[in-house]
This record gives sequence, C-alpha cells and structure tokens, in this order.
Amino acid sequence: MTVGGFPQARVLGRDVPRVEDEPLIRGKGRFLDDIALPDMLHAAFLRSPHAHALIRGIDAAAARALPGVAAILTLADLLPCLAETCLKTAMPSPSYRQQLDRPVLADREAVHVGEPIAIALAESRALAEDAAAAVEIDYDPLPVVADCLAALEAGAATAHRGAPSNLVAEMTMGFGDVDRAFEQAPHRFRERLRIHRGGSHSMECRGVVAVPEPVEDRLTVWSSTQMPHAARRLLCDILGLDENRIRVATPDIGGAFGPKLVFYPEEVAVAAAARATGRPVKWVEDRREHFVATAQERDQYWDVELATDADGRILAVRGALVHDHGAWTVRGVNVPQGAMGAMPLAYVVPAYRIGLKVAATNKVPVAPVRGAGQPQGVFAMERLLDAAARGLGLDRAEIRRRNLVPPDRMPYATPLKTRGGIAVTLDSGDYPRCQQMALDGADWSGFPARQAAARAKGRYLGIGLANYVEGTGRGPYEHVSVRIEGSGKIFVATGAAAMGQGTRTMLAQIVAEQLGGDLGRIEVITGDTAAAPLGLGGSNSRQAVMAGSSAHVAARRLRQRVLEIAGQLLEVAPADLEIDGDRVRLKGVAEVSLGLSAIARAAAGQAGFPLPEGGGPGLFAREEVVIDAMTYANGSAVAELEVDIGTGKVTILNLVFAHDCGRALHPRLVEGQLMGGIAHGIGNALYEYMVYDENAQPLTTNLAEYLLVTATEMPPVKILHMESPTPLNPLGIKGVGEAGVIPIGAAVASAVEDALSPWKIKIDRLPLSPVEILALLNAAKARDSL
Amino acid sequence: MLAGGQSLIPAMALRLARPAHLVDINGVVGFDRLEPSESGVRIGPCVRHAALGAEAVPGPLGRLLSLARRHIAHAPIRARGTFCGSLANADAASEWCLVAVALGATVTLRSQGRVRQLAMAEFLLGAMTTALEPDELLVEAHLPALPAGTRVGFHEYARRAGDFAEVMALAAYELRDGLVSDPRIALGAVEGRARRLPAAEAALAGQRPHDAAFRRAAEAAAAEITPADDAEDGRLLARAAVARALSAAA
Ligand SMILES: Cc1cc2nc3c(=O)[nH]c(=O)nc-3n(C[C@H](O)[C@H](O)[C@H](O)COP(=O)(O)OP(=O)(O)OC[C@H]3O[C@@H](n4cnc5c(N)ncnc54)[C@H](O)[C@@H]3O)c2cc1C
Repeated sequence: MTVGGFPQARVLGRDVPRVEDEPLIRGKGRFLDDIALPDMLHAAFLRSPHAHALIRGIDAAAARALPGVAAILTLADLLPCLAETCLKTAMPSPSYRQQLDRPVLADREAVHVGEPIAIALAESRALAEDAAAAVEIDYDPLPVVADCLAALEAGAATAHRGAPSNLVAEMTMGFGDVDRAFEQAPHRFRERLRIHRGGSHSMECRGVVAVPEPVEDRLTVWSSTQMPHAARRLLCDILGLDENRIRVATPDIGGAFGPKLVFYPEEVAVAAAARATGRPVKWVEDRREHFVATAQERDQYWDVELATDADGRILAVRGALVHDHGAWTVRGVNVPQGAMGAMPLAYVVPAYRIGLKVAATNKVPVAPVRGAGQPQGVFAMERLLDAAARGLGLDRAEIRRRNLVPPDRMPYATPLKTRGGIAVTLDSGDYPRCQQMALDGADWSGFPARQAAARAKGRYLGIGLANYVEGTGRGPYEHVSVRIEGSGKIFVATGAAAMGQGTRTMLAQIVAEQLGGDLGRIEVITGDTAAAPLGLGGSNSRQAVMAGSSAHVAARRLRQRVLEIAGQLLEVAPADLEIDGDRVRLKGVAEVSLGLSAIARAAAGQAGFPLPEGGGPGLFAREEVVIDAMTYANGSAVAELEVDIGTGKVTILNLVFAHDCGRALHPRLVEGQLMGGIAHGIGNALYEYMVYDENAQPLTTNLAEYLLVTATEMPPVKILHMESPTPLNPLGIKGVGEAGVIPIGAAVASAVEDALSPWKIKIDRLPLSPVEILALLNAAKARDSL
Repeated sequence: MLAGGQSLIPAMALRLARPAHLVDINGVVGFDRLEPSESGVRIGPCVRHAALGAEAVPGPLGRLLSLARRHIAHAPIRARGTFCGSLANADAASEWCLVAVALGATVTLRSQGRVRQLAMAEFLLGAMTTALEPDELLVEAHLPALPAGTRVGFHEYARRAGDFAEVMALAAYELRDGLVSDPRIALGAVEGRARRLPAAEAALAGQRPHDAAFRRAAEAAAAEITPADDAEDGRLLARAAVARALSAAA
C-alpha cells in the first residue's frame, strides 16, 4: 500500500511499531481486572429480573449473614455518601419531552432487566454473587413496554409508572421546501425500514476499582471508561466532593467502542461503597451483565420517501424516524440525531425533512455504539437510492454518481447543523472518485457475467454498494501537554483516552516528529485526571484530530524553545540546528551537539542564575487547539456475496472499502480501525441481534446466543485509500475510528437484494438472519406460484 | 462426572450446573483406549473428539468420523471434549450422537456391581436426556464398521464455523448393480434427538444415485420429521441438508 500523506516526515505517515505492544505481548498489560489491592472487597450487583416492576421491599438479612460478606448496600444504605441520587448525564437538547435521569440504584421501581438494585460486597466475587442471589426482593410486576413503535400508540402502557407517555423527545431536522419538491417530482420512492444495531461487545467488559484514602479524604477511581474527566465531574457532583479529592484513571482498556463513554450507576455505587466501607472495592462486569447493563443501540423504524427527477437526480427526502431509547436518558438524543444528520450527507439533497420521535421502552438504555446512528441513516438513504435505481432502470452506481457531492463544490456548505448548532460543511474530498475506486477494486462492471455464470450452476450471487460521509473530530478541544524532563525523556499527557486503538502511538508519533524522531524516548499518559487538567476523552472519531492537533502544536512550540536554548548554549543560530534522537545537532557538523537532557536542565534553571533568554523556565508546552467544525471523512463499500437458497445463509465473498480520512498518520492503525469497523458492520448486517421477547426479557445474554463475527466469518477485504487533507487542522487529518462500520449494512442489504432479484425480494431490515431469508424466499415462491 | 469439561464447565461458569462434588475421570488408566478392529471401534470415556478420524480408524467409518469431527466446535474444544461425554450430554446438535444413531452404536454403562449395554435408540431419550442413572458411567461406546465400499456423506449448516449446528444430516449407502442398497439417512439438530429417517431411506433404496432420487429422499425426510421449534424452517433446512449429504456421498 502506498500512502503519501507526509512525504517529508520522519515518522508521521509510517507504520512504526506501536508503543503499546511490547507490554501487551509480554503479558504485562495492566487491565482493570489486574488491579489487586490489600484488603480489597469484591462487588456483585443484584439486578432486576423484571423488565418493569415495583420494588415493595428488600430483605438482605439472610445475604448479610453469609460467610465472607462485608455488606449489602441499597440506595437507602448509600444515602449518607450521596449528594445526589441520580446520574445527570443527558446532553442538552430542546427536544426533550421528559427528563429520565437514572438512579444510582433502583429503589422503588425497576425499569429494565439488569437494572442494579443493590451492591453486595464480599471477600471474593463468587461470595459476592452468592450474597446478591440471597437478597430477597418483593416485586410487583408492572405492564411492560417492549417495542418503540407500540410504545407511542395511544393508550400504551408506560415504561415508567406515572409518566404521561413514552415520548421522550421529538424534533424535526431538515431544510428546503420539501413538500413542494415532492408535489412536483416526477418520481417518488418509499421505504419502510427497521434497523437494529446490538451492542459493542468490547473484549473487556466494564469495570471499576475505587480506593478510598482516608488520611487525605481522597478517592482514586480506576475505571474502564472512555471519559475519565467527565466521570470525575459526575462523581464529584454525586458524592459531593471537590475535583481535587477525586482522581479518575484508566488502566489499559480492552476495547470500548462507545458504550464506555456513558457514565454508569455501577461507577457511583462502587465509589460510594468504597467510601461507606473504607475499603477498596472492585467490580468487574461479566459478559452476562454486559448484555443487560451496558449501553446498546437498538431498534429504529424509518418510513422514508425520496423524490427524484427523470434522470434520478435527488429533489427531496422526507420521512419519519422512531427510535428506541431504552429506559433512561443516559446520553441524549445524539444517536437518532446522528442518524438523521448522516442520511443525506454524501449527496446533493436540495430539500430534506425527517421527523423524529424517541420512545422510552423497558430495555437497556441506548447510547452510542461505534457509528452512533450513522449506519442507520446511511442504510435508509442507500435503500432509497437502490429503490430509485430499480424504479428508473439505472445502474445502482450510476444513480449515486449523479447525486454524490461533486469535488468542485468543496467546501460544500449544507444547511444542516450539528447537535451543538455548528454548521455542517463538507470540507474536502472527491466522493465520485472514491466510489469509482471501490467499483474498480470490486470489478463492478464484470459482476453481471459472474452472476450469470453462477446462476447457471444454481448459485445466487449479488453485489451491493453504499456510500457514507462521516462527521469526525468533534471539538471543541483536547488537552495535550508535552514536557522534556531533566533525563531528556519526553512526557506527553492528554485528556484523550486510549481504548486499544493506538492512541499513545499516534501521539508519540506526532510529538516524535518534532522532537527527535525516537518514539522510545516518549511516554504518553492518557485517560488520567491526575495527569491532565482537562479532557473530553474518546468519542466521535475525534482523538487523532483533536488530541493530535494539540500535540502537534505543543510539540512544535517546544521544539522552537529547545532549538532556541540550544542555539544560545552552542552559540549558533537555531535555524542551523536539528533534533535527532536525544540530541540537538548542528546540521552537517555532527560533533557540535548537545543532549536534550542538558537543555532541559538549563531550562529548569538554578537558584541565583539567569535562565536562557527568550522564554520562561522549563521545557513544557500545553495546548488545547480549539476547532468547532467537524471534518468530514467519506468512503464507499462494495460487497459481493452468495445467498444459499437452501439454508438462507449469506457468505460474503469479497469486500472492497475505498475511503478518505485525510492524511493517514499511521496507515496500519488506520487499516486496523477500518477492519474492526467492517467486522462490526458485518455483524450488524448478518449476525448480531440483541433479542428481547414481548415482555422485554433479553433472550441473547451470552456469546453463544448473540453471534459476533469471528475470523472465520471475515471475507477477504480490500482497503483502498484516498487522501484529501482537510484544511481544518494543521495535520490535515480526519477521524477513522467508526468509518468501517457505517456503510457495510447498507452494502450487504443491497447485495442480498441483488442476489435474490429473481424472486423480486426487497430487503427492508437489518440484521438479516438465514431464517428470515428462508421465510422471504418461501413467501416469494408461494406468491409466484399463485 | 468431569470428562473433557467442555459442556460442564461452561454450565458451571454460568451457574446453571452447581454440582456438590466433581469426579474427574481424566486420570483413570485405560479410559483413553481407542480400539479399532474389523468389526468397528471401541471408544473409552476419555477419547477426545480430535482422536476420532480416518488417521485412527480405517475404512468408510474412519472417513465418516473425519467428516463429522471437523464440525464439532473449535480445535481447542476438540482437543479436550470426549466422544462419550458428547453422548452423555445428548445435545440435540451433537455430531457424535448423530453418527452413533446412524450407525447403530451400542454403549456400555457401568455402576458399582452392574454393567448394561444399550442400543443408541434405548440410550438417547431426548434433548439432553439419556438412560444414564446418576450412579452410572458410560465406560465404552462401540461403533460398528461400515462395509468396504460404503459411500458416506455428512452435511452440516451452522451460523458460524464451530457453532452448534442448525441442521446436520448423515448419509451412507452401498451400491449393488448401480443401485442404492442399505441406505442410512439420519438427521440431527432439528428434532429433539438425532434419528434415522425411514421414509427417506425407503425413498432412496433401490434407486440410482442421482439428483432426482436425492431430491425425493430429501422431500420424504422433510415430510417425516417434526421440528422442535419453527416447523416450516426446520423442514426446509432438513430438506437441504439431506439432499446435500446424499450428493456429498455420491
Ligand atoms: C464453544 C463450544 C462449542 C461447541 N460446539 C459443539 C458442537 O458443534 N458439537 C458438539 O457436539 N459439541 C459441541 N460442544 C460441546 C463439546 O463437544 C463437549 O465436549 C461435549 O458435549 C461434552 O464432552 P465433554 O467430554 O467435554 O463432557 P463434560 O463437559 O466433561 O461433561 C458433560 C456432561 O456429561 C457427563 N459425562 C461426561 N462423560 C461421561 C461419562 N463417560 N459417563 C457419564 N457421564 C459423563 C458429565 O457429568 C456432564 O454432565 C461445544 C462446546 C463449546 C464450549
């Protein structure tokens, strides 16, 4: 692969070894469950087995008497440690119709299976689980809301007792004179779609260790979270402590993918329990808990229409979206908002309007899962375009080519706004060329011959295409500091959080580029409130863009200062100096050099002696580059697959993914991010389904029932890179953490529909199970034989 | 009783099984005996899935074992899980149960002071249910050999490689004068327990082994079963699997 992003660079744009790998490969990683402290208690949560029930009474006497049990704590027991009893984690939005802040522990009403009600503390996890099981709760089951469409019907039961309805939020997103455009349009196409995402299922589930330090009345909370600074603020609010009393730090994190950006009741309960007992408390979520307590993205129903002219040019898009919110507002309306915002983005859409209704259900709360609504929005748009192509007799690639935002209109200001009211302007890229790369890579034009040859042998092949444009690098800032200490070693600290995606490598690379090129001399501290005063953490494919920009600016400033001091000490002009490894050298005269260590010591100063001129003391630079506008990455995916009409099984034969994330800082990390996203996208298309029954009881609560994509399901994947540097940040980079997942479901649906075209079967939902495909085939055969 | 632990330990981890005592039989001398002979193969209680294949057992029987084995879970599980444990566990989607039923295996059950031998049909009572008494150990399974020249085919469909099957079918038959003789057609994972399908076998017996005959046998199979859950779906899968197992054997 050739990626020419930084042709002059020493380490940027190169596949340098990841700084994270050595300890991980040697088994020296330190994940949350590796933390073991003297006197530590182990926690297990007692969780509601009911989707909706009144809690009439809690009797923990028998549980408390079990051997090895230190305490069973309910909300009432924790009250002395709490300044607030709810988690106020909702982002602001004028769209809310009800406030649904979830409690630290449920005390009067449980509103989803898995909601924590009490925390059991014991000498081991096994004893804590025994104790939790021995707590007796007197439940009074209440009517259950299991489906978001039914939830909004008149007279539906409510997910919360006493709530006026299940409508949590409503809003309309759009622009232009939609209805007029529809009235005058020669062609209209309508799709009713249902999309389900499922969970993220990071390899490591969540976990918390809280360590009280009674001497100074401080609390250290280790949490497997994407947002340590936000977690600290919330803990301070709920525990009634000042920020300097609480440190939140992240150990190594074994994947996060969105759900770990939410702040959870368990984080509060464990911290409060540590303060209540005066002992360190550890809780590690097991997989079963993960299925019933960690954020998911679930059902959306779309009823959407597309108006085109006779050539297939888009005139308008309109429709309605109903979104399953789960039982509490844990983040806000950002997921459906992201879906609506993503829908039209790749194309020139003159008029657009989607009405959103967000419905509460008695299920696990919904919050971003890698892609955060965007895969759903793209699915809706791409399904419509396929319908239009079919209706107008156009090639599916051609109709897209006619509508993609053309490169000569970049930057392309859309009338849309982000959730923060910031204008959505597509900053750079060549979408038609990117699509063409994908088509060529997949031999799109040769497919009809392959399809015909296969059909002659009774095999059904299909090919599908989908485009996406993704808002990445959400601002406004990320904190980074760079410091060179007396040893000459370089320390980088940031509010960004590393979740396994190579964040430390990325920052080390950017800093090394300016300060000697040796990643081995750089230590990067991520996700620790003690190391960074500010931080927004990991979300929205933002860290390379936001933390990367800050690191770049800080490192450049520090480099200037290093060269300035070295110039004074060596009595040469700074412009004639360069930094190489741990030394500053006179260009072309290797003997004239000075160690970074000596420069750092000079900058640190000595009592009574003057500092080097031109700057303050120390070799330290801090930066928070502020960028409000998001930078928009794009890509196109083509899937070629076979449907086994005997079993309904879909086998993806080939997947081509052409994309543009601006300059690639580390091409292999980019590919790794894309591959992970693609695997997740294949899961969303064909395997992953978080099933609840009509009583909102979850039916898939282990990894034998909930199918994740494994190596054997991965098709050959060809990734093709385009690089359109964004003008919005100094390195010209765009985010890539979520891109892979976004177009896959749409491309697979398109390909399955193509494979089944002899039966004129329409694909209107994801995921697609073999059983459903068999049923569709059966129904179509019955219809055709009439 | 702990054999390979590949079903019991996960059940304990999920707190579904909570035995007060565990007897680990892995150390018992001679329990790993695997004795192929003219008449078939004798399999001791600690013989692992991975040990049963054409490299250990000659003839069509060995070939059939290899065909079935590769569908059982993943390599690490095949290295620990046991043949007898699979029979004792009696999962509806156990490959070994299907093989044992199709071939007419016998099992030897032993408790203190009593030994009895049962045919598979008497042993396998339903999904996760066998004739084993709490004090009995399955000490040996015997799989009879298949005559030389027997054609064997095995088809399985699972959602992902290594998952328990959605459907699996086994076919074995001889050819006399170009016609199918002594056909065995058995189906697993769709009904509560694996079984041979007499109507499908009758439809095939005496036919030339070609697609039309296979299709007829597959239709007969789909008609004679009572799928455990979703009826229509199970029948469709059974039809596809039987037809494919037969084609694979041809
Ligand atoms: C991820 C995964 C996927 C799997 N996929 C498949 C698959 O596709 N197909 C399949 O067939 N199996 C599958 N299995 C199950 C696996 O094959 C088991 O090994 C097998 O079912 C049981 O054998 P075991 O020796 O491990 O038994 P154990 O787990 O040790 O025991 C299972 C039960 O049988 C009893 N038992 C065991 N041996 C005897 C004996 N000699 N006498 C009396 N009772 C006994 C035990 O007491 C226990 O109740 C899978 C397992 C896993 C974890």
